[in-house]
Amino acid sequence: MNSDRREFLERATHLLLLTGAAQLAFDAVVRGEPEAAPNYKTTDHWWAMAIDVDKCIGCGNCVRACKQENDVPREPFYFRTWVERYHVPDGDIEHPQVDSPNGGYDGFPEKYRPGDGAKSFFVPKLCNHCAHSPCVQVCPVGATFESPDGVVLVDKSYCLGCRYCVQACPYGCRFIDPRTSTVDKCSLCYHRITRGLTTACCETCPTEARVLGDLKDPKDPIHEFLRTHKVQVLKPQMATGSKAYYNGLDGSVR
Amino acid sequence: MGRIFGHREHLVRVAGLFLAGIVVFVVLQALLIPEGFGRYGHYRAGALDDARVHPVAYAGRAACLECHPDAAEAAKGGGHAGVRCEACHGALGAHAADPTAAKAQKPDAAPLCVRCHQANVARPAGFPQKDRAEHAGDEPCTSCHVAHKPGIPPDVPASVSGGRVGGEEPKTP
Amino acid sequence: MESSILHGVQGYMYPNEMELQWSILIVLYPFITGLVAGAFILASLERVFRVESVKPTYRLALLTALAFLLVAPLPLQLHLGHPERSLEMYLTPHTASAMAMFGFVYLWYLMAVLLLEIWLDYRREIVELARTTTGPLRYVYRLLTLGSNDVSEEALRVDERAGFVVTLIGIPSAFLLHGYVGFIFGSVKANPWWSTPLMPIVFLFSAIVSGIAAVMLLYMAISRLRGLAVDMRCVDTIARYLFYAFIIDFSLESLDLVHRVYEADESFRTLDFMVQTQLYLPHIVVQIVLGTLVPIALLALTQLVNLTERARRGIYATAGVLTLIGIFAMRWNVVIGGQLFSKSFLGYTTYKLEFATREGLLPAVILMILPFVILWALVRLLPPWPDEGKRAPAAG
Repeated sequence: MNSDRREFLERATHLLLLTGAAQLAFDAVVRGEPEAAPNYKTTDHWWAMAIDVDKCIGCGNCVRACKQENDVPREPFYFRTWVERYHVPDGDIEHPQVDSPNGGYDGFPEKYRPGDGAKSFFVPKLCNHCAHSPCVQVCPVGATFESPDGVVLVDKSYCLGCRYCVQACPYGCRFIDPRTSTVDKCSLCYHRITRGLTTACCETCPTEARVLGDLKDPKDPIHEFLRTHKVQVLKPQMATGSKAYYNGLDGSVR
Repeated sequence: MGRIFGHREHLVRVAGLFLAGIVVFVVLQALLIPEGFGRYGHYRAGALDDARVHPVAYAGRAACLECHPDAAEAAKGGGHAGVRCEACHGALGAHAADPTAAKAQKPDAAPLCVRCHQANVARPAGFPQKDRAEHAGDEPCTSCHVAHKPGIPPDVPASVSGGRVGGEEPKTP
Repeated sequence: MESSILHGVQGYMYPNEMELQWSILIVLYPFITGLVAGAFILASLERVFRVESVKPTYRLALLTALAFLLVAPLPLQLHLGHPERSLEMYLTPHTASAMAMFGFVYLWYLMAVLLLEIWLDYRREIVELARTTTGPLRYVYRLLTLGSNDVSEEALRVDERAGFVVTLIGIPSAFLLHGYVGFIFGSVKANPWWSTPLMPIVFLFSAIVSGIAAVMLLYMAISRLRGLAVDMRCVDTIARYLFYAFIIDFSLESLDLVHRVYEADESFRTLDFMVQTQLYLPHIVVQIVLGTLVPIALLALTQLVNLTERARRGIYATAGVLTLIGIFAMRWNVVIGGQLFSKSFLGYTTYKLEFATREGLLPAVILMILPFVILWALVRLLPPWPDEGKRAPAAG
């Protein structure tokens, strides 16, 4: 046969095989089996999150998606991620009005009138997966740790439930899961990102206000984001090595 | 023992007790420390695997497009082109794994659209938002807008579309 | 339950902060270890610094320290989500964590200091009792002799020297025991109410104050119960040391306060508001006025004015009780107070103390009574004052 047909057949076979493999891998992914997606090497990645406050519309998709994906208790005091609404009266960044009704799970009912001289915006919050995490430092037994790929995780079968890490987190992102009596928090959807998916919150964000980034991947858009925006982290004075980078973070944000 | 240590014999007994205690402790440690602890850091190596074992609720856009590439085509060039499927259609991981067993439901537009597009002072100014009651009263959003490409369609009269020529997209931030 | 927590919130709190993490049990824990450290320091006054006058309380102080030390881990166990996993702190202690290292400090203090010192001091009586007691208690004493019956002059001299060394090591160990608890709070940079280098020192000195007050009260109460006269020279000395310790403690706490008010950093406004509203009663009224200023004034009175024995005893008792209440309030204000305000500095929550739950008031009360029950048993087993010819009767 001539080379065009051969090329076509080769390509088609590759595509078929890949699709088949992808299907198998995806099935394994949905079933939750790590062995079937063995290509992930922790040393190839260093995870971070890029958040653009100027794009967040406070729809609450991320909060709902996270609670569903990670089976988080639905009560209003357990959140792996939440959204805050800031209303900063004319120039008074020291006294913002902040609310987060049920963490933003049901969106934000309108509370303010346009044209009152204030500025308002939404700020999504999550675990900052700090490189020098104070929560990891204080855990007495090693039940919380930073993975080699930069994700701060909780070992639920080892956690004592002493709550020291909850006290040590400056960002308030940890809570005690009442069902397991252990600590829980955002895991950066580790079960997803280790298989080439993005986090649940980023997947459902309609405006790309939240974008997962891999700092070790030179082609990742987070490098462009960090280069072209004025970026900040929360509470920089704590020197936690936070890896949640915010664009458009106002001085009033706590 | 009394001959060797004399009047300090009882102290030697105490010391012996302590030593025995330390030995027991060290043995217990060796027996009870979980396997793989300390391999990558001060934690159980198995915890990394545990974190990866979890069913996936959201399939991800790539999975949807495998069977529904037409949706991407329909959204091309429109305001919702960058919005991933499950942002509106909800978690479809189960559906992607077994499309016939877990059927997807068409989302109800009425509460869905306003979740993002209801006018709210805290939303960025450039983001398309309207007060629903003022904009459309009781009329469902889908009367004028097509979900996958929500720009005003050409057959809507100018009096309704605010003078916009059909097909033109409102600016997105 | 859900709505009550939400209703208790004023202003804005991060959603995960609304429920308090550390309860009254975690207030109890530093209070108890504080009593241990304080009682031991008092005992060491006699042993190391040769303050003869406090000798009548020496053994009582050691037994008190032991009784409280045995109870100290219990509030922690009750509080843990998984107490059955607590052994992990000894198996895989995280050396960067103050809490993990504390497990070893506790063990060290219990075994190498307190138990050893008590054993060395009581050895003569233990051997004697092993010989003379009838009934099942005999085996307990025999066990306690560790198989050695040598109570000759030389052996007792050896005990004396060894005990001196143990107490010498014991003083910094006691400082470490309770200073560490202070460090557990003081090293949390996320919480400005806790994060200060003064925290371990303030904790330590308030511990010394509470321990001295507790032993003083116990001594007076037990003497009363035994129908014996209180050794006034002894309690006068103890009260004097209590007074000195109080001056240092008060100075340290005032320094912390003045420093905060003067520097007025980002957390000041929210903490100031909290102290003036939610913490007004426990902090200003109970801890500062009733628990510090009044006892200091009462003790100063006894130092400056010549009072009758009866008046002095009454003042010491009053001052002692107020001191203990005040130091408990101090622990409350640190632990609970540190969780009542939001780390966003924009809001406050409330602490709902339940009654008959795992971390409620009832277990807290039981845990506070338990050391006295243990002390009673210890006093029966190892009488502090055998030279006075009879055993101490039941203290309860």
